[in-house]
Amino acid sequence: MTPIELTDGAVAISGRPILRGVDLRVETGEFVALLGANGSGKSTLVRALTGLRPLAHGQLRLFGTDLDHFDDWQRIGYVPQRAGATSGVPASVWEVVASGRLTRRRLLRRLSRADRAAIDDALEVVGLSDRRRDGVAQLSGGQQQRALIARALAGEPELIFLDEPTAGVDVPNQLALAEALRELKLRGATIVLVTHELGPLAALVDRAVVMRDGRVAYDGAPLTDHEVHDPWLGEPHTHHHHPRQQRHDHAPHVSSPLEGSP
Amino acid sequence: MSAAELFSLPFMQRALIAALFTGLAAPAVGTYLVQRRLALMGDGLGHVAVTGVAVGLLTGTSPTWTAVLVAILGAVLIEVIRERGHTNGDVALALLFYGGLAGGVLITGLAGQSAASLQQYLFGSITTVSATDVLITIGLAALVITTCVGLAPQLFAVSQDQEFARVAGLNVRFYNVLVAVLAAVSVTVAMRTVGLLLVSALMVVPVATSQQLTRSFRTTLGAAMALGTLASLGGLVIAALAPFGANVQPGPTIVLLSLAGFVVTWPIGAWLRHRARINEPFASDPPIEHQVTDEHPHDHGPDCGHAAVEHGDHVDYVHDGHRHAPHGRHYDEH
Repeated sequence: MTPIELTDGAVAISGRPILRGVDLRVETGEFVALLGANGSGKSTLVRALTGLRPLAHGQLRLFGTDLDHFDDWQRIGYVPQRAGATSGVPASVWEVVASGRLTRRRLLRRLSRADRAAIDDALEVVGLSDRRRDGVAQLSGGQQQRALIARALAGEPELIFLDEPTAGVDVPNQLALAEALRELKLRGATIVLVTHELGPLAALVDRAVVMRDGRVAYDGAPLTDHEVHDPWLGEPHTHHHHPRQQRHDHAPHVSSPLEGSP
Repeated sequence: MSAAELFSLPFMQRALIAALFTGLAAPAVGTYLVQRRLALMGDGLGHVAVTGVAVGLLTGTSPTWTAVLVAILGAVLIEVIRERGHTNGDVALALLFYGGLAGGVLITGLAGQSAASLQQYLFGSITTVSATDVLITIGLAALVITTCVGLAPQLFAVSQDQEFARVAGLNVRFYNVLVAVLAAVSVTVAMRTVGLLLVSALMVVPVATSQQLTRSFRTTLGAAMALGTLASLGGLVIAALAPFGANVQPGPTIVLLSLAGFVVTWPIGAWLRHRARINEPFASDPPIEHQVTDEHPHDHGPDCGHAAVEHGDHVDYVHDGHRHAPHGRHYDEH
């Protein structure tokens, strides 16, 4: 069954069309990189694929089931774009990773042996086994990012979405991350990675999809970081060593006290 | 009156039971509120519940139940506002603060009651708790505690990262409203113990205290509940044993005792965090060049007083802003 089938997908945020006419089909075992400049709509596309953003138009099928009827969420892993894994209260690395196992746990049941094994395995894959008892706040930014990936892995998903996992992560941690993703790929997982800079992940990518202004500008063989921004893709040359741009506002921010950003 | 006689009095026993259950329930919900960075939500709901109490006084029904109802309404309202526009939740909270308090005082006046009758709900009056009140307190508190502990994995995941929880297939809206309703219920439970204006202290201060020393969520939750119980029972006993003639009110005593716990723990937590930062291993990249230190006045060792920090396969001694690594008979700058 095809993990992702999006036909003529469109997304609007606060009434403003953001994605238009997006067709995307991802086959089992593929490693797809969603590339593009900031504000090109690649994060929005991933949020639409995970059901976080409703489609204004078009049809999305996950594992052959229409999104409206899809409830096999344990088959999907999601690593949201986050600055860190901390919250207002301390939590250990193990606890954060274990919360990813909820997709397969029933209400009010203790962790089974299989649950514990999956959590241990997820920690092992990202190389944080020896830090399991530490608080996530004690980890570096890159290690926290790896903990978030382990959280998605704990549910043993078949299809994994990662939104900018390497943003602001130092090189040793990027390498550790690439190692974890290589392991997943070997196990046959389907991976959709959003990034504006592939770095050490480039070797893993089977297929590149480049977004530009809410549409798919390129879909095919992997590109180098430079080619993505080449003029022939119609992209203004934004060299990746420049400081990152501010987050692109899809909908103009007109706010009043009780209406936050969309 | 001796202490033994005091504790054999029925009103004192009722007060102790009410304090015990309040002390357990309030920090349990409070942990999830602090985790969501909504520490002041309890305070907002407390203010809203003032209107509920006033409605009870006006209609002649039990203020406990009207307070529960109005606080739940307020909690759901806060959740709806938060969901629609998450950036400005604090403004919504502020509006509820003022609306709730002003509405409460106004309706109390309309009911022909004096401010004094509102006073016992604002600052608590644990020693006037009736047998029915105790039963209601036990029931509601037990409900709050079992939900907070039983659904801990789900509530933790939703409070930690909403978007992740949604993609994991959890009904995030349900759990958000559940936390808000639990907060509203525990506000009313704590109303008789510490009063509506101090409710938030019992929900937040024990959590703030316990997280000075803890690293995991589970121990934070457990320790907060233990500290909350300790503070509410301790505060009540201190107030009861105060010398004759001194008017020591239980509500503020409980809150101040709880705060005293924080004041004692905070320096310890700050010192532990400082030590953890100092002892964090250095990145194990090899040094850029071999640079020998100048003549060194003493030998570094376990007792030299300088922090020994892991650096790859050896330790560096932190010495006046330098890192000295033993190398043969001399020290290298690392």
